[in-house]
Amino acid sequence: MAATTALVLRGLSMEYVRGKPVLRGIDLEVGTEGLTAIIGPSGTGKSTLIRCINRLVDPTAGEILFHGQDLARLRGEALRHARRRIGMVFQEYNLVERLSVMENVLSGRLGYVSPWKAWMRKYPQEDIDRAFELLEIVGLAAFPNQRADSLSGGQRQRVGIARAVMQRPQLLLADEPTSSLDPKTSVEIMELMRDIGRRQSIPVMVNMHDVELARRFADRIVGMSGGAIVFDGPPGDLADDHLKGIYGGEGWLQ
Amino acid sequence: MSTRGARAAFPASWWTRAGWVLLAAYVVYAGARLDFTWERFLVGLDNGARFIDRMFPPVIVQPDSLANGLVESLQIALLASFLGIVISLPVGLLASRNLMPVWATWPARIVIALCRSFHPVIVAILFVKAVGFGAMAGILALMVASVGFIGKLFAEAIEEISLKQVEAVRATGASFMNVITYGVLPQVFTRFIGFATYQLDSNLRNSTMVGIVGAGGIGGTLFSAFQRFDYDFVAAILLSIIAMIMVGEVLAGWVRGVFLEKGKVDGD
Repeated sequence: MAATTALVLRGLSMEYVRGKPVLRGIDLEVGTEGLTAIIGPSGTGKSTLIRCINRLVDPTAGEILFHGQDLARLRGEALRHARRRIGMVFQEYNLVERLSVMENVLSGRLGYVSPWKAWMRKYPQEDIDRAFELLEIVGLAAFPNQRADSLSGGQRQRVGIARAVMQRPQLLLADEPTSSLDPKTSVEIMELMRDIGRRQSIPVMVNMHDVELARRFADRIVGMSGGAIVFDGPPGDLADDHLKGIYGGEGWLQ
Repeated sequence: MSTRGARAAFPASWWTRAGWVLLAAYVVYAGARLDFTWERFLVGLDNGARFIDRMFPPVIVQPDSLANGLVESLQIALLASFLGIVISLPVGLLASRNLMPVWATWPARIVIALCRSFHPVIVAILFVKAVGFGAMAGILALMVASVGFIGKLFAEAIEEISLKQVEAVRATGASFMNVITYGVLPQVFTRFIGFATYQLDSNLRNSTMVGIVGAGGIGGTLFSAFQRFDYDFVAAILLSIIAMIMVGEVLAGWVRGVFLEKGKVDGD
């Protein structure tokens, strides 16, 4: 496997209901850095694609080669170890609401600490230092002990990003990270995702609805329609014709 | 179309009316069969007045027996609550259908259903036969009741949690136990404390009763005082039980306060 490729998807298919594929044999290669935006209409399988990669959803067929290892075949402990290397950011943040910001950020290390130490909140000092550092980076240094449910949407997503990066992942996935946020906060969150990807030099894959936001922040855009990839290229190459192909119709482009 | 015609907003339901008539008829019939009559009630009032008259003033005839009984009841309640809570945690978790496979939920649900099928007094009778007279039988009986109650409510609480939070913790590569500790328990912790303190309260009440069938506690003292017609002592025991229940309520409230305070993240 070439050192410039982090992730290779081969013939990835997924059907929730037999005979109704959501993903139709996706082939995709993702490099070791850069932000890849996956755009496409609702229900086209963007979210399923992202969730297949860390196996929150099990693909029906195909290979997910992550640094040469096929994640599609993993089970049990091997799967958990693979998940530790992939950070994920969610549309609705998915923070543990009743826990503090710090507990949520440190939960990114749960793949590495024993149940007893996790229960007693005994994390290695190095993790704790890193958690404070990350809170600084995402701009929440003032709130480590605040409960997650007392934060605003933008703040929660920052915690979500810090939690994912806390894993020291080799790949950062984000499933519609800005869809529940206002436009200004969306831009800030996308900036943060891009900068963190660059800083950690890891590839970032983001599902999004907002084509303009994708154009602005992505190094590469993958357009999906009907469970297949219909466009793949740099943002500059994405023309109105492609958008018609991805979303259908053209009235909305005016 | 008629403008004055009486259009019923709520159409009459003859089935409902028939149901009410049947219910009323059955109440009358059952009352007659069981000799549930006004005359007997009036005669009873007389007896009741004599009974209450003999209860006052309350006298503590056997202070030792009263004190021992109360202390034993308290201990039965505390031990049964503690053991019951410890056991109901895994049982409730196993019974939650959103986290566990069917082969785990079925046995756990059967255990819970069995624990809940009988009144604590009936369970106490069984345990008295098994382990003999005394507090041990009472503790076991109330423990069974606690497992049934807390296990069921705990399982239901877990079934209502947000799976998004669980999914996020799973996505970090956390082990199953860590998913439980971080993704599940924080979501049900406050409710669990509520169930546990309620059960403690309820065990305290029931621990005063299992003694009647010989399973230890103040109930035994009460029962023998009744049998000796020591009604003034009975009154004293009843008043002490009321006092103990009130203390228990305060205790349960305190426990709730401590844990829920600790469960909260303190602000700066």
